[in-house]
Amino acid sequence: MYDKTKYLTAGDKGLVIEFGNEISKPINEKIRSMVLAIEKAGLTGLSELVPTYRSLLVYYDPLQWSYQKLVQRLQELEGELNSLQLPQPKVTLLPVLYGGEYGPDLPFVCENTGLTPEEVIDIHTSRDYLIYMIGFTPGFPYLGGMDERIATPRLQNPRTKIPAGSVGIAGSQTGVYPIESPGGWQLIGRTPVKLYDPHRATPVLLAAGDYVRFYSINETEYQEILKKCLDGTYQVQCREYQG
Amino acid sequence: MGFCKVIKPGLFTTIQDRGRFGYQQSGMPVAGAMDEYALRVGNILVGNPEGESCLEITLLGPTLEFLSQGLIALTGGDLGGQLNGKELPLWEACEVKAGDILKFTGVKKGCRAYLAVAGGFNVPVVMGSKATYVRGAIGGLEGRTLREGDILEKGPSNSAGLAGRKVPQDDIYTLSNHITLRVVLGPQSDAFTAEGINTFLTSSYTVTNEADRMGYRLEGEKIQHQKGADIISDGIVMGSVQVPGHGMPIVMMADRQTTGGYTKIATVITPDLPLLAQAKPGDKVSFRSVSIDEAHSIYRIYEEKIAALKRTLRSSVPQDKSSVPKGPKRTLKLLVNGKEYLVDVEEVQ
Repeated sequence: MYDKTKYLTAGDKGLVIEFGNEISKPINEKIRSMVLAIEKAGLTGLSELVPTYRSLLVYYDPLQWSYQKLVQRLQELEGELNSLQLPQPKVTLLPVLYGGEYGPDLPFVCENTGLTPEEVIDIHTSRDYLIYMIGFTPGFPYLGGMDERIATPRLQNPRTKIPAGSVGIAGSQTGVYPIESPGGWQLIGRTPVKLYDPHRATPVLLAAGDYVRFYSINETEYQEILKKCLDGTYQVQCREYQG
Repeated sequence: MGFCKVIKPGLFTTIQDRGRFGYQQSGMPVAGAMDEYALRVGNILVGNPEGESCLEITLLGPTLEFLSQGLIALTGGDLGGQLNGKELPLWEACEVKAGDILKFTGVKKGCRAYLAVAGGFNVPVVMGSKATYVRGAIGGLEGRTLREGDILEKGPSNSAGLAGRKVPQDDIYTLSNHITLRVVLGPQSDAFTAEGINTFLTSSYTVTNEADRMGYRLEGEKIQHQKGADIISDGIVMGSVQVPGHGMPIVMMADRQTTGGYTKIATVITPDLPLLAQAKPGDKVSFRSVSIDEAHSIYRIYEEKIAALKRTLRSSVPQDKSSVPKGPKRTLKLLVNGKEYLVDVEEVQ
């Protein structure tokens, strides 16, 4: 993390607050705090906040803010971050059916790591993963903090079509594909929960700064949840992050 | 009942508004009109809210048959629009009736035209916008470009007496095959050598064939980095000039991804983006640096000009020929001691 946060211009309507030049949990926490501080301050003339790995892009209305005035106001908010009472991040619990046709690369991950399928699943479901940012495609979470014991390189030949909900591993990263897309991740399972649905009241389920926890379900449970997701009655489970 | 039927869809015709804002934090691109000036002015002409949906027409336009009466305006680039075989003037509100045929004979100037219709296009609002994002298959007409046989519907409107309204010449941009875009340096201009920045600001670049709604790849003299071209991904705005390792600039446009991992040397200012949206492969682009304060005063003038145009057009209605003839209200741009002023002029004849 930088000693002094950088405030950078991104054209006549954008300002980038850059907290550091690495991917780290403290930087991500600071970005989350800054987002909450700006929202709490209720500043008018700001249209959108885009948190990323190490910075926050602020869209503003130049008819309401001069650059200097906006930097000054944001620096004041930054100075007050330590005294800010923040709600705990949210942990979203995602049910996953591991292996079989839903996780065709689980055998390869086992071969690569020398672990049994049960061990891989145990390790994958034993941690809360921090959502560093959402990007790439609508709703795609960049998750951090996977156990190195199940790290597996990407596919040599990326697939052209990966079904929505696929849970994968790429190096020491893990993630979920929100929509059908091409990709080179090792697929170990699938969640019936829709991370992205443009016609839902909350189109994107996850948010940067929160956490994801996977848990293992069987085929019957998968079908039950899938049915509820399709008719719109499924309530995704959440809890507070315990630290 | 429908408003118009698509006889031929054209090269890449989509429904666009000002974009899908508020979901970039969720990875959802903004989309929306490439040339927001043409979209806003077209809507003003037909009496719509500025951000209403229009058809964005790219290079080779569609052929449309109107199925009912309505008020339209064609703005932006000149793609050879003809109504019933007669040239359809750009930047002017025009009445159409059932059976009329709008077609396009080919590019004369620019790259994108906008067809505004009083009432806008009646398509579902998805995540707050009617803009089509083709890669994500959402918005507009089923998330896609127009197809032969599509029937487009319009929303309700009260456009009585608006036909014949014209945009004054002063408010129409001049399109050229060599444009200069003003930029604010940053956010990663410090990742380039002084020579690299000088190259970027003094040489001219050519628009390549890879120029679409996502971004414009340019070709020209290589821009030198300090160390590397890769950064930890951060946010991208419309007009961000990314320079990957090959040293060629890419200007990110309406359908850009929300985040990216390449150094961004500068950002094109909002009022100049329509000029780039009208550039096509082979056209030349130069960049000129302005300070953030200059960029903001240019932006204020741009917005004031649109507001003044709105007032001018509003006061030019109704066109009752029996009343005292008045000249069209015009807005003059005066330069006094290096500062630009906008003056509304209404000459009584």
